Amino acid sequence: MIEWAVNLAITVFAVAIILNLYRLAIGPDIVDRILALDTLMINSIALIVLFDIRLSLGILFEAAMLIALMGFVGTVAMTKYLLRGDVIE
Amino acid sequence: MTWIQRWLPHPLFAGFLLLLWLLMNAFSFAHLLLGSALAVVISRVTQPFWPERSRIKYPGKLMLYLGRLLVDILKSNLIVARRILFHSRQLQPGFFTYPLTLTDDFAVTMLASTISLTPGTVSAHYDREGRTLLIHCLHLEDEAALIRDIHSRYELPLKEIFDD
Amino acid sequence: MTPSSMPFLLELLISLLLVTGALFALIGSIGLARLQDFFMRLHGPTKASTLGLGCLLIGSLLYFSFQKGTVSVHEAIVTVFLFATAPVSAHMMAKAALFRGVGKGGPSRNYPEN
Repeated sequence: MIEWAVNLAITVFAVAIILNLYRLAIGPDIVDRILALDTLMINSIALIVLFDIRLSLGILFEAAMLIALMGFVGTVAMTKYLLRGDVIE
Repeated sequence: MTWIQRWLPHPLFAGFLLLLWLLMNAFSFAHLLLGSALAVVISRVTQPFWPERSRIKYPGKLMLYLGRLLVDILKSNLIVARRILFHSRQLQPGFFTYPLTLTDDFAVTMLASTISLTPGTVSAHYDREGRTLLIHCLHLEDEAALIRDIHSRYELPLKEIFDD
Repeated sequence: MTPSSMPFLLELLISLLLVTGALFALIGSIGLARLQDFFMRLHGPTKASTLGLGCLLIGSLLYFSFQKGTVSVHEAIVTVFLFATAPVSAHMMAKAALFRGVGKGGPSRNYPEN
């Protein structure tokens, strides 16, 4: 049953990622694109965790944590750049 | 300044770092030593970045607050999900300003995060001089009721917890 | 892949957590794709996607805790991190959008002047 649930969840997240890519492509403003990238980051963490369960590895969580860290820092850096024209003040 | 204050300016933060290190790695004496060393060094090096320290007066009440926040997050997500799926054309979004009575920086951060995670609202701007939060609401019906709700449900408990 | 000794109720719980998490994240992404205004789109990802990933990570935590026989806390750390950072990045994005004047004259009422 878990296998079935994991497969379903992977499919659903793939659809979610396509929706994020659609928003990333059409914009219209750059903040929309940043938001789309942020959501894409969340969904890709989910995909990594699901693959971890699917393959019964239990070691991919570190990749998930790295994406979470880098995604957050990236989002804040991009918004900071928009606000101040500079990332590190 | 005593010896311990100089070496451990943020004991809570250092303890948190040590706990995180031990959770990320398997528990052993070597990791305990390495984690303690890292906790002391990192909390000392980052000391100039910290604003004044906030005091958590009632940790038990903070836990209670976080538990209730979790329930509220679940509830508000169901509401937001229904609005996105079924009522996306009838939504009336809008901004409103929320007058803050909290003064502690960390407490304000907690309140803004709470607002962003719960009932269909996102905090958008913090006005330090005017002491207001600008909040965007996905479906703004009764502004005064929403302000009352946030005040009694989140701000008053936070005021009590941080003894502001 | 499913350990044969796993109790049925635990299996059911993990499956439910995985599927609900996925559905919440999908709703967040639908909101991102179809709502009209930037500030409305901000609501979907900050709430629904974060909760969806939270559900999923708790399911993964239960699965690996059972499989390895010890409590697997790594997922819990990622969950706490996400719940702490999602409001901050939402706040920053909203600030940037206000600064750029995105959504002015859009459906959101009471748009601030400055």
